[in-house]
Amino acid sequence: MPLPRTRGTALRQRLAELRGPEVPAKALDARALAALAANPGCKRRAILDGAGVNKTALASALGAPSAFGQSQFALTRGNAFEAKVKADGGAELLRLVHERLDRGAEPPAEAEVPDLTAIGPEGRTARTALALREATAGAWTLLDHPMLALDVAGSPAFLEPDAVVVHPDGSWTVVEIKSFPLLDGSADPSKVGAAARQAAVYVLALEEVAARLDPAPKVRHRVLLVCPKDFSNLPAASAVDIRKQRAVTARQLARLTRIEDIADTLPEGTCFAPDLPAAELTAAVESVPATYAPECLSACELAFHCRDRSRAEGAVTSLGRSVRAELGGLTTVEDVLAAARGETGDPDDPAVAALRRAAELRSEALGARPEVLRRRPETPEGPAEALGVSACR
Amino acid sequence: MSLITTLARLEAVSTGRAQPAATVRHRHLSDHPLVLVPLTTAGEAGAPLGALVGTDRDAPQLLVVPQPRDRDLRFAFLSELADIVLPYVDGYAESVEAAERNETDPETGKRVKVEVELCADAPQLIVPSRAGVDFLRLLGRSMRFRRTAEQDPETPYPAPPRVPLLGRWLTHFGERARMPGSSLLPAMTDLLARHWSTGQSTLEDQHLGALLAWIDPPEGRSGAEAALEAELARDEQGQLRHPPAGPATDPAFDNKLLAPAFERYDRARTALHAAEDGLEADDRLGALTAAEEEIRGLVLSRTRPTWDAVWHGIDLLRALPEGAHVEERWTRDRWSFTGHRDRVTAGEPPQPRRDDAVTAANKLASREREQARLEAQEALDDPLVMAGRRLAGEAFAGEVTDVVMTYSEGKRPSPRPLVTVRTEDRPHLGERAKVYRSLGGKPQSAEFVGYEDSAEGSPEGGALIVLKILDKMGRGKEPEAGSVPEKGDRVCFTLFEHEQRGGAKLPEPEDTPWTHGGPPGEAVQETADPVTPEDVL
Repeated sequence: MPLPRTRGTALRQRLAELRGPEVPAKALDARALAALAANPGCKRRAILDGAGVNKTALASALGAPSAFGQSQFALTRGNAFEAKVKADGGAELLRLVHERLDRGAEPPAEAEVPDLTAIGPEGRTARTALALREATAGAWTLLDHPMLALDVAGSPAFLEPDAVVVHPDGSWTVVEIKSFPLLDGSADPSKVGAAARQAAVYVLALEEVAARLDPAPKVRHRVLLVCPKDFSNLPAASAVDIRKQRAVTARQLARLTRIEDIADTLPEGTCFAPDLPAAELTAAVESVPATYAPECLSACELAFHCRDRSRAEGAVTSLGRSVRAELGGLTTVEDVLAAARGETGDPDDPAVAALRRAAELRSEALGARPEVLRRRPETPEGPAEALGVSACR
Repeated sequence: MSLITTLARLEAVSTGRAQPAATVRHRHLSDHPLVLVPLTTAGEAGAPLGALVGTDRDAPQLLVVPQPRDRDLRFAFLSELADIVLPYVDGYAESVEAAERNETDPETGKRVKVEVELCADAPQLIVPSRAGVDFLRLLGRSMRFRRTAEQDPETPYPAPPRVPLLGRWLTHFGERARMPGSSLLPAMTDLLARHWSTGQSTLEDQHLGALLAWIDPPEGRSGAEAALEAELARDEQGQLRHPPAGPATDPAFDNKLLAPAFERYDRARTALHAAEDGLEADDRLGALTAAEEEIRGLVLSRTRPTWDAVWHGIDLLRALPEGAHVEERWTRDRWSFTGHRDRVTAGEPPQPRRDDAVTAANKLASREREQARLEAQEALDDPLVMAGRRLAGEAFAGEVTDVVMTYSEGKRPSPRPLVTVRTEDRPHLGERAKVYRSLGGKPQSAEFVGYEDSAEGSPEGGALIVLKILDKMGRGKEPEAGSVPEKGDRVCFTLFEHEQRGGAKLPEPEDTPWTHGGPPGEAVQETADPVTPEDVL
């Protein structure tokens, strides 16, 4: 007699079917999670990520390959820097944590660096939780590449922070090591923002681990960002307050539509295996709605495909979210232009009225409105004057 | 983005071509700009890979660092760059005209006019994209604190002469580029995006190739198609057909073409060092030169398309007539250039790593002021920009329907004519709000009196606005001819001021209050970035 299927295994089964037979699941990393949280309304991204579909392969199979890639120069440099920061049992790293975050504590003369190797992500997660529980009070402990689990829309995501440090007072700090420079004490704000969002995801995952311990240790809301100093590869660090990012990410992760609900709306037999014929894949992808915005281009592998679709539909959002916000209920390019020309739309609708006024002013300024001339034939000035072209001088 | 620009973008989508976002050119374009297309190495801060640079569009100079991690080669590159950029900059430093500047007399504390020099023209560096501006700023920062052997014989790894000076100039250009409306160091993508609206988002407008494709698509193709190709098309080897404008290169280029070429170069160099006799060395030198040539070819292949694109953009921009206030803003750039020239000749130290509180506050205030000035001037120069302000309720245009002469009360009555303007715009006029119009290039102010009922059965719609003209009418009892609008005139009033007043004066740096860190103290010579063993690559 088969075992009764629990809700969890049923979902896992369903997601495996969506991924396609014999396709290994792609782990959801913090970067993907932060991107997902940036566009929480996108069901397409949620289900594909939730099912562990390799979106890069999927995008190529759809004929709209993603443009993401990492230069090996950047990779080499990044790895060399991380290795340097963690050298000597993390002595330099712990010094920075002590200096930037916990000056009151004992300086880290020596630290424990537990071995975290285990088989599979679940094994590593368990090993990390164990190491965190066993971290000795009153001493510094450095966890190099621990593994954390976070429940995302009903399926677990495994995350690997660069490092987690246990302070002598028992509190935990997330460490992010990045290879962009900290130049004269300041770094590229967009990159720092991305790092902070990523760290916020780790903090949320750590808080889940902490909640299972008694007494629950404190997870610090100031993370340590370690970057190369100026033009060297010496580490420099800065404490980054991620309370805001943590709150935003937590709220948006909670808002994510449950993956099982999305899965339930899909037609029977939907599958995203990249080896399927393109037409079938396209149909499968189209069966989940996406909310494309230009910001997706820098965050999602499938963005070019969604952009093509969005443009083909004439959606105004493909020009930017702010454009969409300005136009009220009008969502397609042709609708807006027809309303602006006065062919459709209710003139009492403020959005339509503003559009018509804008269109009128624009064509007047561009000098293409014969009505203006016709209406005022008695004007003594030349035509340019009558059009108001130089009236403002 | 205003609704008018949004509409232009939507029209661009529907027509497949970029639509005008301006009717005049709002930025100065030099007759002899220096175009600079830099490339950088991924993952390294301030490690240039090469550049295409020059003032002659048919003869750019190619500078290449065959191994970007090698400090000596990097210095050689920067030194070559200095040999091109500095003579160009110096060429503008010599020709000067006399000008006057208000200065505070140190003895009397009064404002006096001082005769000073003002450079007759200023250099203009054009880079392809905003990232290029940031990269030049970074290069400037990496060079300006370096010491040459002459300045400090003890310094390890001395920089070639003139490299620190190039750093100071690039820093100045980079700082000035943050000033709204400045044209010393413009990015081509910004220039084009200011004057045309494309059918893509502002994010995608950062791609120079795609932007140009929308503005000037090849014969028989729509801008959308051409832009898509410029963005994504790859050849059989997986390389982009239209390389990105940089300074970052495409990862596929780095991994497939550049990395193997670097490896061959490194190997050839090691072999040369290991050569045992002259004959062998000659052979191996040949191999090294060949490897270097290969890298030069690669860098040229990625920069040349961008170089051509920048000049294409310059052509498009030159076709637009220059806005009336552009010259005035360029004069401010000339002042800025002259000021830095003087600081360099006076032997002042390089710009500090961090500004003191007063300098920083001054910079911020002047950027805010320039932003307001730019917005006002662009609107006055360009009816399309003014249309946006009118739509936003910040200006109104219309026809004068009535003029009634009144006089101010007082000992000497002055003319205060009441002018009624019929407009279809809906300005946000508060009680007694001040409005301005341009009269012979000078702002004339008026006061809003009230709305008049247009219930006389007029066939035309719109509101009747009554204004009281306040100034620019001369000293006499009767206003000077032409200083008061007449019935039937088309007029355009703005709610914003045309000229910007400076804010409150900030204290001298030595009087910085303790709330802002107190006086900065004696200026200390900034030390060069320490050279660490890890740095030696």
